Amino acid sequence: MTPPLPPPDTARAFRRGLLTALPFLIVVGPFGLLFGLVATDAGMTMVQTMAFSVVVIAGAAQFAAVQLIQDGAPLAIVILTALAVNLRMAMYSAALTPHLGGAPLSWRAFAAYVLMDQNFVAGLAEFQRHPERPAQEKAAFFIGMGLGLGLPWYAVTWVGIVFGRAIPPEYALDFAVPITFLATVSPLLRSPAHIAAAVTSVGVTLALWWMPYSTGLLVAGVVAMITGATVETLLTRERPQA
Amino acid sequence: MTPLSPVMNSPWQIWVVILALGLGTWLLRFSFLGIIGDRPLPPVVQKLLRYTPVAVIPGLVAPAVLWPAATGGEPDAARLAAAAVTILAGVLSRNVLAAILAGMVALYLVPYLVPLLAG
Repeated sequence: MTPPLPPPDTARAFRRGLLTALPFLIVVGPFGLLFGLVATDAGMTMVQTMAFSVVVIAGAAQFAAVQLIQDGAPLAIVILTALAVNLRMAMYSAALTPHLGGAPLSWRAFAAYVLMDQNFVAGLAEFQRHPERPAQEKAAFFIGMGLGLGLPWYAVTWVGIVFGRAIPPEYALDFAVPITFLATVSPLLRSPAHIAAAVTSVGVTLALWWMPYSTGLLVAGVVAMITGATVETLLTRERPQA
Repeated sequence: MTPLSPVMNSPWQIWVVILALGLGTWLLRFSFLGIIGDRPLPPVVQKLLRYTPVAVIPGLVAPAVLWPAATGGEPDAARLAAAAVTILAGVLSRNVLAAILAGMVALYLVPYLVPLLAG
């Protein structure tokens, strides 16, 4: 079997992906540092904490798991809740499939490993600007960005384990996580449909906060997606009359 | 020192969490990319998925903004202000980095400004 030559622009797309990841390192930095600190503080060894960041490579779920372990939750609840936090990854996977689906299986398998919130949002924006680019080039860009985020993620986890204890609590590093998420999502609030989806997401999550193990968040996500799509449908239908 | 949880009490359970979470997360990420391949998704599904980030992330963040664990669940002026500034900066600038910087500046400045304004 002779594999076809990769398109000439794949290497360039990969490098461009790496560069696109750079601004997000200000995000990954505090996040990973904090994970190293929190996991070590919860009693995990350095090997366990590093394995968490390398094997799972999903910040929000890692934080959720460590929090639940500290709360004394049983094994099954820790795993199920952290996976529930990551259910959005399946939605991301579906949203990327029209762009990356044509790439080789091994590329898609690796792209799946490095799929995170930041490269999903930035990657999808890039693919919607240039939908005509070949799938392999899009995959190279995505993997480049994923490695640009993932490798520093391992590194700062390690730094967090070693030096994290020196950071005093008044620096409020816990809030780097929400700020990062809000900064990622707020530039997307560009249409009434997007705003309606975001408001629904917050309202339903808070209303269902009594539901156990983050399950309210999942319900809110589904309701908010339907809200966004419905508002979009209604507005495009009204536009010709206006 | 926090009391040891059932999971922390047995090292094998931590490894089960790490491996199960790693495998499960990868399967979620690979689900559509691996199984569906380049077959097109129905337009309704594509329309719904366009709203995935704005549908999930605000809900993920809202409890941490209103009831931060670091203050024992009490609403906190610095964190509320930082969240508002981050959203405003993100909407106006359309720039993730600028929004993060604005939010972190608000987070660290508000605790100094509030006593000045109140006094």
